Amino acid sequence: MATETHDAVEGAAHAAESAGMPQLDFSTWGNQIFWLIVTLVVIYLILTKIALPRVGAVLADRAGTIANDIAAAEELKQKAKEAEAAYDKALADARAEASRIVEATKAEINEELKAATAKADEEIAAKAAESAKAIDEIRAGAAEAAETVAKDTAAELVAALGFTPKDDEIEGAVSERLKG
Amino acid sequence: MATEAAHGAEEGSSLVFHPMDQFIVKPLFGGTEVHWYTITNVTLWMGITVLAILALMVLATSGAKRIPSRGQSIAEMAYGFVYKMIEDVTGKDAVKFFPYVFTLFMFIVFSNLLGLLPMSFTPTSHFAVTIVLALVVFLTVTIVGFALHGAQFLGLFWVSSAPAAVRPLLALIEVISYFVRPVSHSIRLAGNMMAGHAVIKVFAGFAAIAAVSPVAIIAIVGMYGLEILVGFIQAYVFTILTCVYLKDALHPAH
Amino acid sequence: MEGDIAELGKYIGVGLTAIGMGGAAMGVGNVAGNFLSGALRNPSAAASQTATLFIGMAFAEALGIFSFLVALLLMFAV
Repeated sequence: MATETHDAVEGAAHAAESAGMPQLDFSTWGNQIFWLIVTLVVIYLILTKIALPRVGAVLADRAGTIANDIAAAEELKQKAKEAEAAYDKALADARAEASRIVEATKAEINEELKAATAKADEEIAAKAAESAKAIDEIRAGAAEAAETVAKDTAAELVAALGFTPKDDEIEGAVSERLKG
Repeated sequence: MATEAAHGAEEGSSLVFHPMDQFIVKPLFGGTEVHWYTITNVTLWMGITVLAILALMVLATSGAKRIPSRGQSIAEMAYGFVYKMIEDVTGKDAVKFFPYVFTLFMFIVFSNLLGLLPMSFTPTSHFAVTIVLALVVFLTVTIVGFALHGAQFLGLFWVSSAPAAVRPLLALIEVISYFVRPVSHSIRLAGNMMAGHAVIKVFAGFAAIAAVSPVAIIAIVGMYGLEILVGFIQAYVFTILTCVYLKDALHPAH
Repeated sequence: MEGDIAELGKYIGVGLTAIGMGGAAMGVGNVAGNFLSGALRNPSAAASQTATLFIGMAFAEALGIFSFLVALLLMFAV
């Protein structure tokens, strides 16, 4: 019994040694700590001497480039806006000029038209007056002719009927009839 | 007797669990003695970590181009990530601690992720490593705090916004929590790493049994993805807690 | 025979400490869930609080890791 217990304890101790936690094997701690410190120092030196300044510089450079590009883009945008404003202004000016020219031309044409119309009216009026006069004359001439023809015809008729025409009587009768 | 029986059973069946064997520190070039200067697998994997950091932060950025290459983008992303973290959490005046915090972050994140390679060794799963990391942070915070603020740094423990009666009690709690910080800081990281690797190893043990091996392998794949996430998050958490503690050193007022 | 009883107690203890991990799981889930419900109410403020989220989760998780550590110590070191 005693030997068995002894064996069991020894066996357990042996088992614990082989399958125990290597993390709690303090004989290796010195080794690990030593190499850890070496590693950390090496990493620290690599990072501070080479890597971090380089990466930091690249990032700063990129940030600077981006900022510059954005500023340049902003400037170009501003310029584009100015150009657009100038273009709009030119367009508006041109429109105003064009409408002014149109107005002026229209006024001029109106003026000319009015003058021409007045002149034409005048001419037409003159022509109309002249014509009226001519018509009056013709009409007067015609009436006179008609009277003469009537008198002559009347005298002829009177003579044909065998009477001696009396000029004043015939004249009076014809004028009376013509008036009627 | 019982142990012997267990041993016999272990050797007899195919189910053999040695989940902790992956954490054993072994000398690399023969021998069994581990002296403080012995080159061990710890040395190897820390060296690989250094080389990985060198490759990412120095070789990949060697062009220092304005339009970055893929590697340079990752390096810049890491830089920006930690820089923004320390600026947001600790404050603009803490930027002088940036190289130090960045060193911690890079070491932890690369150790965690490289430790996921099969047959590899994870330095951050060892308490010896994480306790040193946490103690360095603890000492930095304490020394910087006293150097900048002198005795006023003790105001950190004196919660002036609390009722006067409970202030001594709160001060005691604050002091205790202050000294527990390095413990939780280090054990969180090592515990997470150890747990994840041990779980994967246990599933790997199940994979030797034909009936359950497909399930076990799927579980390993799932755990692996989770461990990649955990490896990154634990590095993030360690770094951000470092920033939080540094904030106490720089601005101790409550 | 004492060895057997010690082994028994050890494994029962390991099993009990593993329950502590469940507590940590609830804690972490609580943190994440409350963050999510808060973030859905006010999404604009969520981004600035992710650091706080992770710090909270880390503190909650650390306690679970402590119980895990106790389990491991019982399993392998005691």
